[in-house]
Amino acid sequence: MNTLLSRLKTPEGRLAVIAVLVFVLMASLSPERFLSAANLTSMAFQFPEFAILALAVTVTMLTGGIDLSVVGVSNMSAVVAALILANVAGPELAGSGAVMWLLLSMVVAIAIGAAAGLFNGALVAFIGMPPILATLGSGLIFTGIAVAITGGSAVMGFPTAAAWLGNGKVFSVPVPLILFAVLALAVAFIVRRTAFGLKLVMFGANPLAARFAAVDVNRLLLKVYMLSGALAAISGLLVMSRANSAKADYGSSYLLLSILIAVLGGVNPYGGYGKVVGVVLAVLSMQFLSSGLNMLQVSNFARELIWGVLLIFVMLVNSQQVAALFARRRMS
Amino acid sequence: MRPPISVSDKAEIPVSDTSPPLVEMTGVTKNYSGITALDRVDFTIRAGEAVCLAGENGSGKSTLIKILAGVEPRNAGTVAFNGTRHETLSPRISADAGVMVIFQDFSLFPNLTVAENIAFSSQLAHSGAFYRGGLSRDLAKKTLERVGVDIPLNARVEQLPVAHKQLVAICRALAMDARLIIMDEPTTALTEREVKSLLTIIRRLKSDGVAVLFVSHKLAEVLEVCEKVVVLRNGAKVAEGPATDFDSASLTRAMTGRDVAETPPDPLDPSAPALLEVTNLAKQGVFDDVSFTLRQGEVLGIAGLLGSGRTELAKALFGLIHPDKGEIRLKDRPVPLGDPLRAADAGIGYVPEDRLTEGLFLDQSIARNVAVGRLDTHDKGAMLDLKGLWAEANDWLKRLTVKHSDPEAPVRSLSGGNQQRVVLARWLATGPKVLILNGPSVGVDVGSKSDIHGIIRDLAREGLGVIVISDDLPELLATCHRLLVMKGGRITDEIAGRDTDETDLGHRLAS
Repeated sequence: MNTLLSRLKTPEGRLAVIAVLVFVLMASLSPERFLSAANLTSMAFQFPEFAILALAVTVTMLTGGIDLSVVGVSNMSAVVAALILANVAGPELAGSGAVMWLLLSMVVAIAIGAAAGLFNGALVAFIGMPPILATLGSGLIFTGIAVAITGGSAVMGFPTAAAWLGNGKVFSVPVPLILFAVLALAVAFIVRRTAFGLKLVMFGANPLAARFAAVDVNRLLLKVYMLSGALAAISGLLVMSRANSAKADYGSSYLLLSILIAVLGGVNPYGGYGKVVGVVLAVLSMQFLSSGLNMLQVSNFARELIWGVLLIFVMLVNSQQVAALFARRRMS
Repeated sequence: MRPPISVSDKAEIPVSDTSPPLVEMTGVTKNYSGITALDRVDFTIRAGEAVCLAGENGSGKSTLIKILAGVEPRNAGTVAFNGTRHETLSPRISADAGVMVIFQDFSLFPNLTVAENIAFSSQLAHSGAFYRGGLSRDLAKKTLERVGVDIPLNARVEQLPVAHKQLVAICRALAMDARLIIMDEPTTALTEREVKSLLTIIRRLKSDGVAVLFVSHKLAEVLEVCEKVVVLRNGAKVAEGPATDFDSASLTRAMTGRDVAETPPDPLDPSAPALLEVTNLAKQGVFDDVSFTLRQGEVLGIAGLLGSGRTELAKALFGLIHPDKGEIRLKDRPVPLGDPLRAADAGIGYVPEDRLTEGLFLDQSIARNVAVGRLDTHDKGAMLDLKGLWAEANDWLKRLTVKHSDPEAPVRSLSGGNQQRVVLARWLATGPKVLILNGPSVGVDVGSKSDIHGIIRDLAREGLGVIVISDDLPELLATCHRLLVMKGGRITDEIAGRDTDETDLGHRLAS
């Protein structure tokens, strides 16, 4: 009992409670629609796109940085993959040929994502640019490249096999959900069980001490942003498959959402602390909230407002000042 | 050995005795999250009086200053300025009462002129919305005359020598109508001659009715101008008395609570081979033409004042600063310059000066703080051998007798001495050949300090080459076989540890 209580005091514990509360609230507001099989499946198809972006933001945030270019990277990689599928493979291609081209386009997209991340990492590591500015700028560059390649219009006409990635099911489990689960486990493993992951967290906790402890800081930063870029590219592929098209400006609302999820998930924006399980719980809470608001027919603008308020609120609750304020109240 | 001028001070004391003291603190207590930094301390200082506040690092000196300056609130006790009690203090209240603190870094604006620095704060406080350059110059000139020194008013502060910067800081305090000037570690960066001229100025201020509080862990130099000495240890006042009752030895005994008589290290095996050879290492404007050899099993001390280039040299040896020229060879193989990773690979370890910002990951666990140096070694393909990593970290924690309840607790929860051992453990786990220790016992209690000295001696006995950089002269004498003296970025002197003592070494450093 004690351990359960102490677990509830951690950010992840609080989050689990929030996720359950949001679920119960939405379920009780409109039980027949929210709890319907259709809604639950549709949620499982929806959230992996931005959840994977949130994982990308999470790894950079663990180092005390941030990656604002994730949406740009994801669109740029998706556009290239889409061009391969639409122009090289062509919509009529079927069978093993189509699967082969799908795999190839995925590899190319992920490689482009990693290369974009390498660029970000180089700006941060070698030039010493603040990550927030480096990735803000590079994100615009990547979006610009996607616009230049496509002329701003959507790329369409893929082999039918391409739809499987975003719409298929394996043993009645949606493929995007499986993909997200695998990636979340992989990121958790990297952070907790590899030398790279431990260095990443230690660097985030104190970059100066990491340098004094002879941690290979530059290589570390390059790898972190490459990982973030590769994850963003995978998310881009999901969006492409689900929309059956790729465009330079898809998913622009996902940036705020993915940062919000990372912070809500208990990742310290100053670096050094964060757990993937927290991010997963935050993803679920956000999706429940978002679906619920959808069903209650809350407008999209109001939803962005709610997210913004939520972000500030979470930062407030987690900030030292507020904690100190409450501690003082309790004392007096 | 009282200076003749103190006669006139004494004449003043009966007068000020009738008036309330400038500052009177009674029973002042300060707790920081469970730690008692100050424990019911009484303290008074009168106009025209100079007092030494002595204590080791962590004894509560800085907390006392911060409370006086109104920066930190106290938990209990009273503070009165000129007989008026203040329930709460703020920087504003303290400044209005004339309490001015001159911190070690002086907090000057390096890009502004002498006149601007002196007059800036008082102009901000007293005149209207506009800054008036002419007034500034007049005020600065008057203040400099009051102190009796001549510094060009238009010189930029960054171009001044340290001693002059300090005078500018004193003048700034006077321009703000200072009645008590608190000087934090005033002599660490000064040569003997500069200390002498500082003392002359202090005497002038005293005869002017200004009180001075020296705060330091080496106060022997300023004892001659002080009326009173107050000694803090672990937050409590352990001694107070007329300055004439104290000398260097009794002051040390009061500060540390015991006679610190450490044995010098075992003599070095005369046939020990050379381990680290540094030739003509130079970095423009920081250090120049540094050459020395460190032998196996030798402890080499580098002594120098603040700003002598000692820390920069240490950082250059570990690759944190890229020297312009020169060579470092370890066991006859060149060590690449300017790259801490390759310096560490070659077998050089560095325990930094500022443990809290450079040495430790404060919120991370004790075990992680040790293990961070060994991650690559335990990297087995894709996965980290966590079991081996934690076992090794715990083993080193045990070997260095780090007192902890749980290796998963944040390293922040440890005492200074144990924290320092964690940093040591991290480096020792990597099996270095040369270990550079910058200020190995800063902020460490007396017991841990001699333990750390013991560790240093043991490491040398096992064949490590150790370089100790410290401004704690007894520490250097207790641990080092040989001492290099650094001055103005150059090595000016080399002495065997057995051939010198504290007075001689202090003289070589600051003359």
